[in-house]
Amino acid sequence: MSWHEKSLTELSSALSAKEISSVELTQFFLGRIAKFKGLNAYLDVQEEFSLRDALVADQKIARGEAGPLTGIPVAHKDVFVTKDWKSTAASKMLESYLSPYDARVVELLGGSGAGMVCLGKTNMDEFAMGSSNENSAYGPALNPWNTNYVSGGSSGGSAVAVAAGLTPIATGTDTGGSIRQPAAFCGITGIKPTYGSVSRYGMIAYASSLDQAGPMGKSAKDCALILNAISGHDPRDSTSLRKDAIDYQALLGKPWSNGSLPLQGLRIGVPEEYFAQGLQEEVREAVQAALKKFEELGATCISVSLPKTKLSIPVYYVLAPAEASSNLSRYDGVRYGYRAKEYKDLNQMYERSRSEGFGAEVKRRILIGSYVLSQGYYDAYYLQAQKIRRIIAEDFQTAFTQCDVLMGPVAPQVAWKVGEKSKDPVEMYLEDIYTLSPNLAGLPAMSIPCGMSQQGLPIGLQVIGNYFSEAKMLQVADQFQQNSSWHLLAPSSAGAQI
Amino acid sequence: MTRSNWEVVIGLETHAQLKTNSKIFSGASIAFGAEPNVQACPVDLALPGTLPVLNQEAVNHAIRFGLAIGSKIAPISVFARKNYFYPDLPKGYQISQFELPVVVGGRIAIEVDGVKKEIQLTRAHLEEDAGKSLHDDFVGLHGEKSSGIDLNRAGTPLLEIVTDPVMRSAAEAVAYAKELHSLVMWIGICDGNMQEGSFRCDANVSVRPIGQQEFGTRCEIKNLNSFKFLEEAIQYEVQRQIELIEDGGVVKQETRLYDPDRQETRSMRSKEDAQDYRYFPDPDLLPLHITQDMIATIQASMPALPSILRNTWQTEYGLSDYDASLLTQSKSTADYFVELLTLIKEDLVKPAVNLMSGDLASALNRDGIEAAQSPLRPSHLAQILLRIQDGTISNKIAKDIFATLWERGTSGALADQGVVDALIEEKGLKQISDVGAIEKIIDQVLLDNPKSVEEYRSGKEKAFNSLVGQIMKASKGKANPSQVNQVLKEKLSN
Repeated sequence: MSWHEKSLTELSSALSAKEISSVELTQFFLGRIAKFKGLNAYLDVQEEFSLRDALVADQKIARGEAGPLTGIPVAHKDVFVTKDWKSTAASKMLESYLSPYDARVVELLGGSGAGMVCLGKTNMDEFAMGSSNENSAYGPALNPWNTNYVSGGSSGGSAVAVAAGLTPIATGTDTGGSIRQPAAFCGITGIKPTYGSVSRYGMIAYASSLDQAGPMGKSAKDCALILNAISGHDPRDSTSLRKDAIDYQALLGKPWSNGSLPLQGLRIGVPEEYFAQGLQEEVREAVQAALKKFEELGATCISVSLPKTKLSIPVYYVLAPAEASSNLSRYDGVRYGYRAKEYKDLNQMYERSRSEGFGAEVKRRILIGSYVLSQGYYDAYYLQAQKIRRIIAEDFQTAFTQCDVLMGPVAPQVAWKVGEKSKDPVEMYLEDIYTLSPNLAGLPAMSIPCGMSQQGLPIGLQVIGNYFSEAKMLQVADQFQQNSSWHLLAPSSAGAQI
Repeated sequence: MTRSNWEVVIGLETHAQLKTNSKIFSGASIAFGAEPNVQACPVDLALPGTLPVLNQEAVNHAIRFGLAIGSKIAPISVFARKNYFYPDLPKGYQISQFELPVVVGGRIAIEVDGVKKEIQLTRAHLEEDAGKSLHDDFVGLHGEKSSGIDLNRAGTPLLEIVTDPVMRSAAEAVAYAKELHSLVMWIGICDGNMQEGSFRCDANVSVRPIGQQEFGTRCEIKNLNSFKFLEEAIQYEVQRQIELIEDGGVVKQETRLYDPDRQETRSMRSKEDAQDYRYFPDPDLLPLHITQDMIATIQASMPALPSILRNTWQTEYGLSDYDASLLTQSKSTADYFVELLTLIKEDLVKPAVNLMSGDLASALNRDGIEAAQSPLRPSHLAQILLRIQDGTISNKIAKDIFATLWERGTSGALADQGVVDALIEEKGLKQISDVGAIEKIIDQVLLDNPKSVEEYRSGKEKAFNSLVGQIMKASKGKANPSQVNQVLKEKLSN
């Protein structure tokens, strides 16, 4: 088994057994990144910084000070600011921007924290706005299973990097599905924890009340390990939760109850609205097969209803742009970032800098957001959306009185062809129907591979849990992965043309 | 119509910069006068990924203010974003409070020409200040003269205090502003430095014919940073609006600026140009919860308010209105007096007030310092007062002692105990109360001034005073004046 196919635990063992050094492991992955440059998974790679960090990790390992993640490489979505790598959010606006500080997540995983080695920054939709990674100012990250297809978005680069073996694990952020949907499209595992679990400090904001960081990896186990390292209260983020640390690994490998089957007693809620019109047949079949597998493992499936699912699209596409229109006002060309070359006066400097620096989708959402916050429209759009947002959250609580977790598809379809939907933004928005509502409710949700389409594109199963139930979700997902092999499939073994 | 047919309507919005160690949403310092941009951290610069964290001390100050004016402290208030583009506004929005402010209602009492009035407040809310655009005195990266942005002030905590439109003259507006100014300093939430912009007013001014119910169209005059400008600007604006209407014109709702050099207000932007600020709750900050416990803790640490102190002193010690106001002009003076009261008996309160409003007040004024910085501490004043009372020194000598101690104290701290006695000893200033010694001086003076003696005896009362003067002079001011009077009278009547 090659290094890029190993789990984090296997890599950690290899490092502590001195089978390989962190420097060698880092070089190995840097080599693969160079080799598969065509996937466009990374936006910035700085070998010297990665190797410098690997050397420090090796010294820690030699001194016997290594933790479970020390010396293992990681890739960060370019939405996290970093001191040594450019932080562009895949925008021309921040083309050469270097941050004077590291994001909290980067800090926690890096040298002063878990001791992981950063391989670089991964591609994404500009300012995390998009579902296909085609909104990157630096070209889309391509699906490693078939490079004619999109990787999903917005954390497309991270999904591609993990799926193609260009990093053992990566970070992502999820505002309306940005971890789960690319994870599904690329056949990997990703989890967005409960809102407030992971600090947003140093995450370039898209929609503050929805943005949440999480890991993207090869398995639920790998994700649990990273989640343990990045979650916790941060006094610099006022929305970060003051809560005792949760051990996300605590339930891994344990049975759900003391029944004879590993998941005996688990009640899975299956929202009927997630299987409505518009769901691709192959996806339906794969998800149903997965549910069947869960039943074999002892779980019971219960039909539940989330009646406001359809409204999650308009609600999200009011609230997220509203917050984005304000969050992105700081990119004005005054203090940092892109400034137009020529302008007559202050207003023209703003107009030109922002017109030239932002891509079409970002501008579209700024316009929508400004509109819904305007005098005379605020009540009808923004306030109304907030009301429905609360109802959506209540619907979930009603469902959770009947079940322990909810399961359904991540997306109505598998990955589409590059360029296929980029002309019609609304068509693209509709693809987010199953992933938006957990963000609106602040609930944890994850994506695990559960099948392949006939064209050889991965299909994802979504697991939605109640607040702070990540450990249980990971337990359930891990039991599935112990008893299936979808997550072990890799594009190379599937004969992808990279 | 003439001016007497018009009623003036004024509401004030005051920005008080809160006295905290750091900014309202970041840890950067707010000290005034630093080099441009050295007190701006990543949060103040609105670098990507940064987030605001509320400074609890700013909240405590808002609660203090609310308690001082009898407001309702909102159990839940909300920070909102006010969105607009300007180079000195780094985030492209100002974090303020919009629909749910922290302080609701309250009253401030004023007095104009002996008429008392209570000014009703609408609200007070927390917000951050913007930076400054520098046009004349900024030096660019390569040493060139340039326009620039200084973000040191960006994020400075402000309390915006808004009144109802209840003031009816510039004098009332100024009285309110002065009362508010002294209150925010009194409760320690603002340094009150108007030149540095720590306390600045916007005035909303309109006029209406007397008897008319509805308000006239108002104009807002921005950024008045002295009481004088506030008064002048309102007076000019009232006159302008009246003349405009009387000439058949219409007042347009607009924002105006006051030009102190020309003593006139000028239009800055009209209502049509008014921006839509697209307010919405800031998703980076949780709603601000204030519990009864927090309020109680702050209430317990509140200083006694000037109005309370004035009442107490007037009833307990019979102080005049004038003296009571003088002693509560600043918290520093009041604190000084409170300390002095603990050191003296009740029969010395009146002399103490006189000493404070006389020698102390003029020395403080001359040196431009607060009572808290006075080189003479209340203990020194108490010693002086005691020595006057027991006849050791005269009032005149007391003045000399005060002056000498002030001088010495200014160049080095005075010892707390026995300083006054030591000085009396050192300079031999002890009053002569020995009758024999006084008689000896008087005899000599009478011998040297036969003409005055003659005049007195022929009925000229004035001559007596002249003789007293000669005697005091001969004793170098040390003779006990009442004894001098007594002995002299006896001698002259013989």
